[in-house]
Amino acid sequence: MRNYSTTALWSEFMWKKIFDWLDERLGLNDIYRNILDRPEPKGNWWNTLGSASLFLFVLQGLTGVFLTVYYTPSPDHAYDSITYIMNDVAFGWLIRGIHHWGSSLMVIIVFVHMLRVFVTASYKYPRELTWLIGIGLLVATLGMGFTGYLLPWNQRAYWATTVGTQIAGTVPFIGEFILKALRGGPDLSALTLQRFFSGHIWMLPAALAALIGVHLYLIIKHGESHFPTKED
Amino acid sequence: MSEVNRRDFIKVTTGIIGGMIGAVIGLPTVYYLIDPALREGSKEAWIPIGKLENMEIGKPYPFSFTRVQVNGWERTSTSHGGFVTRNSEDPDDLFILNSKCTHLACTVNWSEDDQVYLCPCHDAKFGRKGEVLDGPPPRALDVFEEFRVTDDGVLEIFYKES
Repeated sequence: MRNYSTTALWSEFMWKKIFDWLDERLGLNDIYRNILDRPEPKGNWWNTLGSASLFLFVLQGLTGVFLTVYYTPSPDHAYDSITYIMNDVAFGWLIRGIHHWGSSLMVIIVFVHMLRVFVTASYKYPRELTWLIGIGLLVATLGMGFTGYLLPWNQRAYWATTVGTQIAGTVPFIGEFILKALRGGPDLSALTLQRFFSGHIWMLPAALAALIGVHLYLIIKHGESHFPTKED
Repeated sequence: MSEVNRRDFIKVTTGIIGGMIGAVIGLPTVYYLIDPALREGSKEAWIPIGKLENMEIGKPYPFSFTRVQVNGWERTSTSHGGFVTRNSEDPDDLFILNSKCTHLACTVNWSEDDQVYLCPCHDAKFGRKGEVLDGPPPRALDVFEEFRVTDDGVLEIFYKES
């Protein structure tokens, strides 16, 4: 018993030394204070939806990265590569499953977060930009869902994308151009799959990451808004 | 146990639960990434290459076969071949050379007139036993070491995917 506690004390001591060394050089404590140790107005679980959205984004990002270890974005192999992930790769079903259901969950959580912000009027001065960026985040999230949906290249994916891009084509004047730009041509082809893959794995994630960065900066800068009172 | 304040309790609990979430996602992920490396997958088989009685003593007998390799979702077929040279009537007294040139893997051909194996790619020349006579190859032709003759008189080689 005595040996255990001295070892525990020593490792506690070691961790503290390592932490202090890093803190003096990285400013870890300052980061903690500014990002996590912020004063909050009275709130409830509705206020956790923003963090939940961020968590889901990271989760999708990680599972997505691991999926790219085995997935091939070519019409010849896309479907087979996913079958391989599901059946032959250890825990492939889990990684793909998390990514599949996580995407629907992320859209729902982001949307409910938006509703909460609206209902509590948190978008008002000085948080208008935060709201606008949030709209951008919503659109980017939907874009992720749309581009990701095509990647299995099965019947559902193919026809859903045909319909979706056709709807985009109904925009007046520039509709046909938009349709061809999205599809990489007049019809769905290998080009469509390739560009949807590119959009999905780095163009949209880069946009999302940038917008999230600004969104978080603004939240920390302005602090979290309190729920409106009767006077408000 | 001394009193733990709310802040520290929350910190520690978050750390522990976060750690558990990390492990539940992290450990399967590591396994997911290294899975192909953990597989015992060398396909090996006895490949029939021809009837022993059809193989003339002293004259290299050409043969070929194809193998289908499955890597994930992709099936590729590779072709292989070689030459059997019998030294005598004794069914064990023979050697089997791989026709893949040891330079850059083109297929060599036996020239009956010149009594050498010639590679069309870079003019490599190998002798009857596969030794290098001329050209860029770094070593002699490979040998199929393991072979057997079935009861029907069919010569089979043991092929192992490397």
